[in-house]
Amino acid sequence: MPIIVVVAFFQLAVLRQPIPNLADILVGTALVVLGLTLFVYGLKTGLFPIGETMAYGFARKGSLPWLLAFAFALGFGTTVAEPALIAVVDEAARVAAAGSMIENTQVAIADYANGLRLTVAISVGLAIMLGVVRIIKGWPVHYLIMGGYAGVVIMTGFAPPEIIGIAYDSGGVTTSTITVPLVTALGVGLSSSIHGRNPLTDGFGLVAFASLTPMIFVMGYGMLL
Amino acid sequence: MIAGLLHFFDVLVATVRDVLPIVVIIFGFQLFVLRRRIPNLPQLLVGFLFVIIGLALFLQGLEQALFPIGKLMAEQLTASAFLGVDTAAGHQAPDWRYYSWVYLFAAAIGFATTIAEPSLIAVAIMANQVSGGTVGIRGLRVAVAIGVSVGIALGTYRIVSGVPLHYYIIAGYLVVMLQTMVAPKSIVALAYDSGGVTTSTVTVPLVAALGLGLASNVPGRSPLLDGFGLIAFASLFPIMSVMAYAQLSEWYGKRIRRQSSGSREE
Repeated sequence: MPIIVVVAFFQLAVLRQPIPNLADILVGTALVVLGLTLFVYGLKTGLFPIGETMAYGFARKGSLPWLLAFAFALGFGTTVAEPALIAVVDEAARVAAAGSMIENTQVAIADYANGLRLTVAISVGLAIMLGVVRIIKGWPVHYLIMGGYAGVVIMTGFAPPEIIGIAYDSGGVTTSTITVPLVTALGVGLSSSIHGRNPLTDGFGLVAFASLTPMIFVMGYGMLL
Repeated sequence: MIAGLLHFFDVLVATVRDVLPIVVIIFGFQLFVLRRRIPNLPQLLVGFLFVIIGLALFLQGLEQALFPIGKLMAEQLTASAFLGVDTAAGHQAPDWRYYSWVYLFAAAIGFATTIAEPSLIAVAIMANQVSGGTVGIRGLRVAVAIGVSVGIALGTYRIVSGVPLHYYIIAGYLVVMLQTMVAPKSIVALAYDSGGVTTSTVTVPLVAALGLGLASNVPGRSPLLDGFGLIAFASLFPIMSVMAYAQLSEWYGKRIRRQSSGSREE
């Protein structure tokens, strides 16, 4: 864990201050490491094999509506359970409550966090769906990315300033431990089963969509509230 | 102890609710659409059990360690005693140069977490295959890590200086678009993906807490307006650095070929 080295170095050599609640933090770090290990182990034995089998299965089946439905469900399902997203939306909701953007009650905070999470999950689902259409049609990836950038820039002009930071961050947050391997499996599986698609150039790009659309949708969510 | 266990039980229940959609989706599609039996059912169930327990432990530890550490570091690195300036004097923001340790810390965290990221190593190996060897595995990882560390360091500078986030991001988009025009086509999709890959589960909460802590400690900054955005920086800059790296290595490769084959036209 190079993170621990960096934190320890700065704490001891630069700040020269003892860490308060050291025991608490050490236990917490141990929990993080243990939890992440179990989590990844569980993913490898359970989720990934079946996810990959299904991604290949759907890619071969050739029924477009079901493929799109599966792509949406995969994006939605993996994002809803993403640990980093859960952590960040909770923090965002707390900050929003402290900044009196929403009511400072337990219920309002939980609602806001869940709303954010669902918004992000829906947008990732749509992104994966769009990405699958792109692979089937063989559009170059950068046209869609540029369209997405244009969308982000336009939305930034209209969205309330409080949501912009959260929205921009949610793009990077969504695509980590669970989403990336499953989505990459879908992309590569699909592009290798379609004639004339190169898995290495067409198979990539799904993750990029998945980190672009949440920005647009979260800003939309901020405008609605 | 009992209170801790009760709290953990709450987290566990919440986690089960979080993971449920995936379970429903997978079983639903497998049984009703593909109409196939699930292979290795016991193994799958054990896997899900591990996922749920691991996720619950992770979230618990996150609250106990990563968020506090990120905030604490931000607090101490911006403490006026440590900076050696009297920031309590006025309410306006102090000069950005006082915060150089913050940028250094941000850059170090960005580099350290990215270079060890397992999914990045996998992506780097694939990039090596796409490019037929012109993009080196180590070189790509270093390129991404530099991208992340520059991104996060610049992000902390933005928080200190208080410039609106979207100016930086939109400018970043313009650079990415320009680079897309000139970069080798095979690397473009991969470069876009590498932005999302780098921000891992451990980095994200730590960096988010750093940003929020920084914004609440630097005078004149609001956590809501200025605290977020570090992750956006961390996922934008690798796109640039990867494309830049691909261009550089292509240019370098061409030059070597030209030298070895005399006046051969490209």
